[in-house]
Amino acid sequence: MSDADHRAAGAGARRAAGQLEAAALAVLQSAGSALTPGQVRDRLGDDLAYTTVVTILSRLHAKGVLTRLRSGRAYSYAPVADEPGLAARRMRGVLDAEADREAVLARFVSGLSPEDEQALRRMLAAQQNPEA
Amino acid sequence: MHVLIYVPLLVPVLAAVCARPLAERLPPRTATWLLTVSAVALAAASGAALGLLAMAAAMRLPVIDSLGGMSLAAVLRLDPAPLPLGVIAGAFFLTAALAAVRAAWLRTAALIAVRRQARWLSGDGQVAVVQDDSADAYALPGPRGRIVITTGMLAALSEAECGVLLAHERAHAAGRHYLFTALARLSAAANPLLRPMAAAISYSVERWADERAAVVSGSRLLAARTIAKAALAAAGAPPARMSTAGVLAAVPSRAELRKAGSVPRRVDALLCPPPPRRIMLLLLAIALVAAAGLAAFHAAGDLHAMVEFAQAAAVS
Repeated sequence: MSDADHRAAGAGARRAAGQLEAAALAVLQSAGSALTPGQVRDRLGDDLAYTTVVTILSRLHAKGVLTRLRSGRAYSYAPVADEPGLAARRMRGVLDAEADREAVLARFVSGLSPEDEQALRRMLAAQQNPEA
Repeated sequence: MHVLIYVPLLVPVLAAVCARPLAERLPPRTATWLLTVSAVALAAASGAALGLLAMAAAMRLPVIDSLGGMSLAAVLRLDPAPLPLGVIAGAFFLTAALAAVRAAWLRTAALIAVRRQARWLSGDGQVAVVQDDSADAYALPGPRGRIVITTGMLAALSEAECGVLLAHERAHAAGRHYLFTALARLSAAANPLLRPMAAAISYSVERWADERAAVVSGSRLLAARTIAKAALAAAGAPPARMSTAGVLAAVPSRAELRKAGSVPRRVDALLCPPPPRRIMLLLLAIALVAAAGLAAFHAAGDLHAMVEFAQAAAVS
């Protein structure tokens, strides 16, 4: 890549800064979890420099659109306005990634087989009609 | 090697058969402690037995004898474990060690992932309600033990029933139940024969929290009903309705319950009086596990004596 190309790419990035912010926000909103700049860059797909993504994310954070938390050496970012169900989906994302998920979280009730479902219905019915 | 070295390898088979009956007959708290301590002890004892067998068999190799300053003639006279058996035991030992390390690593990674995501839950209180139409509720691992409840679950339960659910999840956090299940999984990873024990431990921590919820809410019947309703809601089944068919249908029989999954058995346990203390049963189980531990110790002493004898023979 020549110097001229580098300058052109830099100018393009500057022009597209607003679009990039929107794209980064969309990535974070659709992600199942908080993301690090590296993860955002991977999902944006463009050949962006890591520092560019960091700049975009810190600008969004300064605007108050994103919250950030330290995760390891980097920050991870998530949208402030929690669209309904996002927290639930994030947690489920963790669970789906974990093969042993039933053991990690103490679930109130585990899965039911069709026979279990029948048995529970009969137990509930019997309770509501003790004379039966 | 003395025949006692095989005891730690056989007790897990017996434990696999006894685990579920114990979890169902003992008070859940006692059962959880007994089964967890037993699972860890048996995993350690069976691992030690495998390692000792492999080491004893390795004494037949001239390289090992020259390295350890032992006399091969003396070793052969002592007749340690046969070489093929030692190779098999060594392979099992390595597999078990690797599986335990892998399970510990995976569990740690999962805990870190859960903790990271938990920081994004709304609110600072112990209970976090998340917007989700599917009914679900769980306690996050860790001493803070945050409780997550979906709006779908809140909609499926009455106020009193929500109280039961919260009492149940608080009992998990207060009793550090995640530690018991983590140790259970780790033991089962090291020795697959202990898998039924791990399943029994998962069941008995749920029962422990159920019993606690029954005490807090003051009604075993209410607690039983809550679990049944929540399970049906979580399964996506239409809300349980009182129907004429329901009135006519018989309550599940003992035989049916034995084959059922953990939820109907938990409900049934709450419909029965709390399980009594059974000291004799408890002592019997402890004695069995202690025997496995002692046998492993004995085998270790055996191996030590053999090495010393062979070394003395080499010197003289």
